Amino acid sequence: MNNILKKPDSITDVPFHYCPGCGHGIAHRILGEVIDELKIKDKTIAVVPVGCAVEAYDYFDCDVMEAAHGRAPSVATGIKRCMSDSVVVSYQGDGDLAAIGTAETIHMAARGEAVTVIFINNTIYGMTGGQMAPTTLPLQITQTTPFGRDVLTQGYPLRMCEILSQIKGPSYIERCALDSVPHIRAAKRAVKKAVEYQIRYSAYSFVELLSACPTNWRLSPTEAVKRVGSDMVDYYPLGVYYDKFSEGE
Amino acid sequence: MRQLMKGNEAIAYAAIYSGIKCFFGYPITPQTEIAAYMAENLPKNGGVFLQAESEVSAINMVYGAAGAGFRVMTSSSSPGISLKQEGISYIAAADLPCVIVNVMRAGPGLGGIQAAQSDYFQATKGGGHGDYHLIVLAPASAQEMAQMTVTAFNLADKWRMPVMILSDGVTGQMMELVDLSKLPEVEYYEKPWAANGRRGRNHHNIINTLYLSPEDLEEVNARQEEKYGRIREELQDWEEYGVENADVIVTAYGITARIARAAIDRAESEGIRVGLIRPRTLWPFPSKAFENVSGKKILCAELSRGQMVEDVRLAVNGRASVDFYGRCGGMLADEDEILDEIRRLANE
Repeated sequence: MNNILKKPDSITDVPFHYCPGCGHGIAHRILGEVIDELKIKDKTIAVVPVGCAVEAYDYFDCDVMEAAHGRAPSVATGIKRCMSDSVVVSYQGDGDLAAIGTAETIHMAARGEAVTVIFINNTIYGMTGGQMAPTTLPLQITQTTPFGRDVLTQGYPLRMCEILSQIKGPSYIERCALDSVPHIRAAKRAVKKAVEYQIRYSAYSFVELLSACPTNWRLSPTEAVKRVGSDMVDYYPLGVYYDKFSEGE
Repeated sequence: MRQLMKGNEAIAYAAIYSGIKCFFGYPITPQTEIAAYMAENLPKNGGVFLQAESEVSAINMVYGAAGAGFRVMTSSSSPGISLKQEGISYIAAADLPCVIVNVMRAGPGLGGIQAAQSDYFQATKGGGHGDYHLIVLAPASAQEMAQMTVTAFNLADKWRMPVMILSDGVTGQMMELVDLSKLPEVEYYEKPWAANGRRGRNHHNIINTLYLSPEDLEEVNARQEEKYGRIREELQDWEEYGVENADVIVTAYGITARIARAAIDRAESEGIRVGLIRPRTLWPFPSKAFENVSGKKILCAELSRGQMVEDVRLAVNGRASVDFYGRCGGMLADEDEILDEIRRLANE
């Protein structure tokens, strides 16, 4: 019997702690497959965030550094500046990347550090039990927006791909969604391209993955994944926002 | 090979001599000469200088470089060091070696840009959250700025922990002759724990500070405390002068010790028996220097409202009187005022 579906070599045997329907498992698998296919496990250092992916250091079989909340871009910069031949991936959630670490995020992009950022946007702080994130949609109910996010007092959601594409430093910026097989395949292509750009052009690349959080959205996994493809995609349009080395594919 | 240089430049020169790969910093007076020297000279020596967008970012760049196994340094002055405390706590928790320079200015808040010694508590008692220590070295001259920088890198790698050089605006800015042929030897240590890519290793290395199980975290705390205990035994370092026969002992570190020494010389010429204890390590505090002080009168002088004096009292443990003399706000200790204090204690 042929084994046609197996765990990527770059993912360990440690069971994930993620909830049913959560996008992190898919995102981890995508990154693991890309590391395998590009044969870079031996020179990859992943920087993982504070948030639901805080224990990702146990899941990736490459070297990993756990960063302080929001500081993954700085940690990644420190690593990459010492070892230009390494592949550095900064894996971050929305609170980490777009609230407490906004300055680090923007300045790493401005410097064009040869690092790939994987940005999981699920519009909520998951690890702490579902509070408003910088990406929480208008009127979305969370623990800290019990009457729905009021943009007049609680501000507007940040669209990070759009913000970063105003900066000259990056080489590749794309937003994908983890809500359907075609979208997940597209996400895999985006992550692979982003890592390839880092290697080939010593360049900064950024892939945002719209992702479900059924537990904190108070939805079933099926309903939550549907919300990704409807409400989230409406506010966060999918697509390539910047491609410095486009070859007119 | 004697060269006239600022204390800050002496630190930067010695860091490159020590083989640093990276320097990450952010401008703040009175330490900016370190960054300027690095920007000009580190790339020529195969290293990386990077001006970060904040102190917070700079210290986390240090975390990344140190975690990958490279010699790395950052420097700042008091308000900037406060910003770095989060990162310093993580670096200490992850047992990462690095060197952090604080060229102290007066606080609290934005304070002023003149020299002070008011970050002693922050430097020696941890500074950020959690149970941890830094090794803290206190240079009193440009020569010591250079020498202690090399020592700091050696100690950081040997003990796998952050080392702070706690200096001040005067020692950093003042130009003095430095004998660059008198630097300690650079020691190198293997770093099999570094997360620098597996590169054939049969397991992945993880740099981490998260322990969700209280049992595991208590074990980490205990392991660090055991290391701190050995450091307390091995590393206490101080300079002393005339302690054995003294009635009055002045204790001070850094620039204040040099001012105190001038007052001591004048007191001696008046026939007063007076000595000096100058801590060169602030953590571990050199308690051993105070073992034979029973019945003497101790004067602790600082550019603060009284911080090191608490460690002096703990070391003396009631066996001698401990008085305090301090100036703050960026004012320097006054030689005449210290002399007056010595006279007053001698005549009590």
